[in-house]
Amino acid sequence: MIDYEYKKPESLDEVFALLKNCGSQAKLIAGGTDVLIDIKHRKIEPEVLISLRGLNDLQYIRKEDDYHIGAMTTHAMLEHSELVEKELTALQQGAAQVGCVQLRNVATIGGNVCNAAPSADSAAPLLALGARVVLQGPNDRREVEMADFFTGPSATTKKDDEVLVELIIPGDMEKYGSSYCKHSRRKALNLPIIGVAGAIKLNSDNTISDVKIGLTVVAPTPIRALPAEEFLVGKAFTDDVLTEAGKRAAEPDCCMPRDSLRCEGWYREEMVRVLIPRVLKQAAGNL
Amino acid sequence: MKTQTVSFTLNGESVTATVPQSWNLLRTLRDHFELTGAKEGCGEGECGACTVVVDGDAVNSCLYPVMEAEGKTIVTIEGLEKTDGGLHPIQDAFLNNNGVQCGYCTSGMIMSAKALLDKNPAPSEDDIRTSISGNICRCTGYVQIVESIDNASKMMK
Repeated sequence: MIDYEYKKPESLDEVFALLKNCGSQAKLIAGGTDVLIDIKHRKIEPEVLISLRGLNDLQYIRKEDDYHIGAMTTHAMLEHSELVEKELTALQQGAAQVGCVQLRNVATIGGNVCNAAPSADSAAPLLALGARVVLQGPNDRREVEMADFFTGPSATTKKDDEVLVELIIPGDMEKYGSSYCKHSRRKALNLPIIGVAGAIKLNSDNTISDVKIGLTVVAPTPIRALPAEEFLVGKAFTDDVLTEAGKRAAEPDCCMPRDSLRCEGWYREEMVRVLIPRVLKQAAGNL
Repeated sequence: MKTQTVSFTLNGESVTATVPQSWNLLRTLRDHFELTGAKEGCGEGECGACTVVVDGDAVNSCLYPVMEAEGKTIVTIEGLEKTDGGLHPIQDAFLNNNGVQCGYCTSGMIMSAKALLDKNPAPSEDDIRTSISGNICRCTGYVQIVESIDNASKMMK
């Protein structure tokens, strides 16, 4: 019989107090669509669940100088946000392809990031959009680049007494076009074989001013395709250049895809080569 | 086992239940309220047989902690019955279009369809397919189910 206490604090201060009192027996829960399954499979056996769903003020999508997204914002809210669709297209596409309607209605962006699955649908778009996570502790607040946040499968730099409260995407991204491709067997209830997101800014002479590429399921964590990005900046936006970028991203100094139930490593490598040019063209189409 | 009392609106009535804090909404509906329309298929949010509507949104009740139901408005398949005991138009449409085979997925399918049609009275086929993308029918009667929902949207106009 699985049994735990369920706490529903209404402020962050209450959350920190509970975390301090309960120590390692406690687990934070947002939408719960990953945590509750882990409990069911007894991967984790917390004595106390601390729900963040009472923190209604962590549910927002705002554009100020930067874009601010509250950690408790659901995937459905991102999927249906006109602002996100227009200006952060890759993130809208990622959110809209998580699981299914029922899961998107409760699963949160903060939870998806903290769960740190190598296949997370929000991760590649957030990497491509240059996002930072905001971690709030009992005494201090710090920002971490998305690319530095993930440290391994299900592992992040978040400390046990910290709560991920917000994601920040630089306001400059409004000048980029972005796109996400979830390469999977089915359209719903499926994890990606690989996920590729790109954000691109072009100069008036059609050369690439800046580009960021996020990849999932090609390494133990979601990653940026830095060798491909470095190659692309300053080059002409042509098929040949994009093809070469795909090849560079598939090299072992960038991707190390493994064989898994969903597919073998060589196929993932091949799809990196194919999908990077495709996604960057779609991203440029969204400029 | 630590219990707690939760209060919410269930199929139009104010209810309270004193249940273990670790129970999910599905177990509370089935074991406490004896509303067995919502089914447990996978218990992991993969099949949709447990779908109910919470504050207008379709959710998997197997992954919904009952403690989060406090103050919410919840509708299950049992809440679709009209006051005169007649069927809801979506239920009628499923019967008339052979949208039911073994029936295990049906209550979840209908609740997903209800959440869709309440928000979008004139859905496209794509909208309908997306709305039931979290509901698995292992009889694979999807074509008739999509037709049923399309037919319901027309009858409800």
